[in-house]
Amino acid sequence: MASTNTEVGTAGDHGGSGSFPPFDASTFSSQLLWLAITFGLFYFLMSKIALPRISSILETRSGRIAQDLDEANRLKTESDEAIAAYEQDLADAKARAHGIAQEARDASRAELDAKRAAIEADMTAKVAEAEERIAGIKAKAMGEVSGIAEDTAVALVDQLISAKVTKADIKTAVSGAKG
Amino acid sequence: MSGMPGANALCWVRAQPDKIDEAKLANDPIHQFQISKILPLEAMGLDISFTNSSLFMVATVGVSAAFLIMTTSGRGLIPSRLQSISEMCYEFVADLLRSSAGSEGMKFFPLVFSLFVFILMANLFGMFPYFFTVTSHIVVTAALALLVIGLVLVYGFWKNGLGFLKLFVPSGVPAVLIPLIVAIEVMSFISRPISLSVRLFANVLAGHITLKVFAGFIPMLSKIGFVGVVGAILPLGFTVALTALEFLVAFLQAYVFAILTCMYLNDAIHPSH
Repeated sequence: MASTNTEVGTAGDHGGSGSFPPFDASTFSSQLLWLAITFGLFYFLMSKIALPRISSILETRSGRIAQDLDEANRLKTESDEAIAAYEQDLADAKARAHGIAQEARDASRAELDAKRAAIEADMTAKVAEAEERIAGIKAKAMGEVSGIAEDTAVALVDQLISAKVTKADIKTAVSGAKG
Repeated sequence: MSGMPGANALCWVRAQPDKIDEAKLANDPIHQFQISKILPLEAMGLDISFTNSSLFMVATVGVSAAFLIMTTSGRGLIPSRLQSISEMCYEFVADLLRSSAGSEGMKFFPLVFSLFVFILMANLFGMFPYFFTVTSHIVVTAALALLVIGLVLVYGFWKNGLGFLKLFVPSGVPAVLIPLIVAIEVMSFISRPISLSVRLFANVLAGHITLKVFAGFIPMLSKIGFVGVVGAILPLGFTVALTALEFLVAFLQAYVFAILTCMYLNDAIHPSH
């Protein structure tokens, strides 16, 4: 109720003087002094403690963000480089694999060709040998044909006319027939 | 918004029973601006008592400084909610000053920041019922305005010498018109501290009076009876709406004071326009 009493007291003064409180010059000195004290103290606290502190917080943060961005950029460049290197390696490996395959193909083809040539040569040789043998047998057979013909002719003549013909005559006749 | 209208009115009736209009007194909208001494002091013939006004100045400064200093004490790289409020205040005022006065103006940043926060907190403290509003007294707003204009004058002349007077002579004006223009410019410069202080003072004062008057209608009408109670809904709605408006005004006037300070400081830094 103390506040009510003061209120009554001041209200009474107010009623008496009839002045509007904000224009009551008797309170100016006290207000100005306390404003100077409090605002001065506030300015001091702000300029010496609060604002430098907030400023340093914000600077640290923006510095940290810039640093992180740089780091991210660096890592991105690195990974790009790694990807490029990987792709280069892949292309190299592909080219090498292609070369190896080509080489293997070529080698196997050459080997095949060589084998085929060898076999063919072998076969040709065998064919030639066979032909030679056939020719030999044929010649031998042909040689024996005259003898058989003469014998047959002698036997035939003997059977048919019971005449003895000499071998020489037969021979002459056979070779004439063979002509 | 003064306290306890009923009890107050009763005391008044006892004190001065003959010339009291009870209803009017209960709603005396001026009473909230009354300064009462808490600790009477006097020095060199001047009254320097610690009053309710002083108390709320101390509270304004104490709460603002404690908030700004304590919320930032963690120096968190990732700010807490309260820390980000302090950071937002800082960046808000810093952007304001940088955009109007350039980076050169940043040497006045602590002053502009202190003014903005002090006025804003004083206005917001005034929004509590029964609390005293420091900025509702013209001597306070005038002192702050004179501080700004005094700084503009001192810094303007110190930095630019007599070149500061170019502020009053806009370039590209025909010679015939110069005396007239200079007279107008000087008058507008002189009116700056007045408009700066009166704008804040009058807005806060008028807002609080209006709020008190509308709020006073509610108990007044309610005494009539049922019709009165129904009728009191209207002023109640007005009071709620006005309270919201007063919160806006509390912020807006602090903002206006800060941005005008920035612009006047810009004149001191770059006098030729």
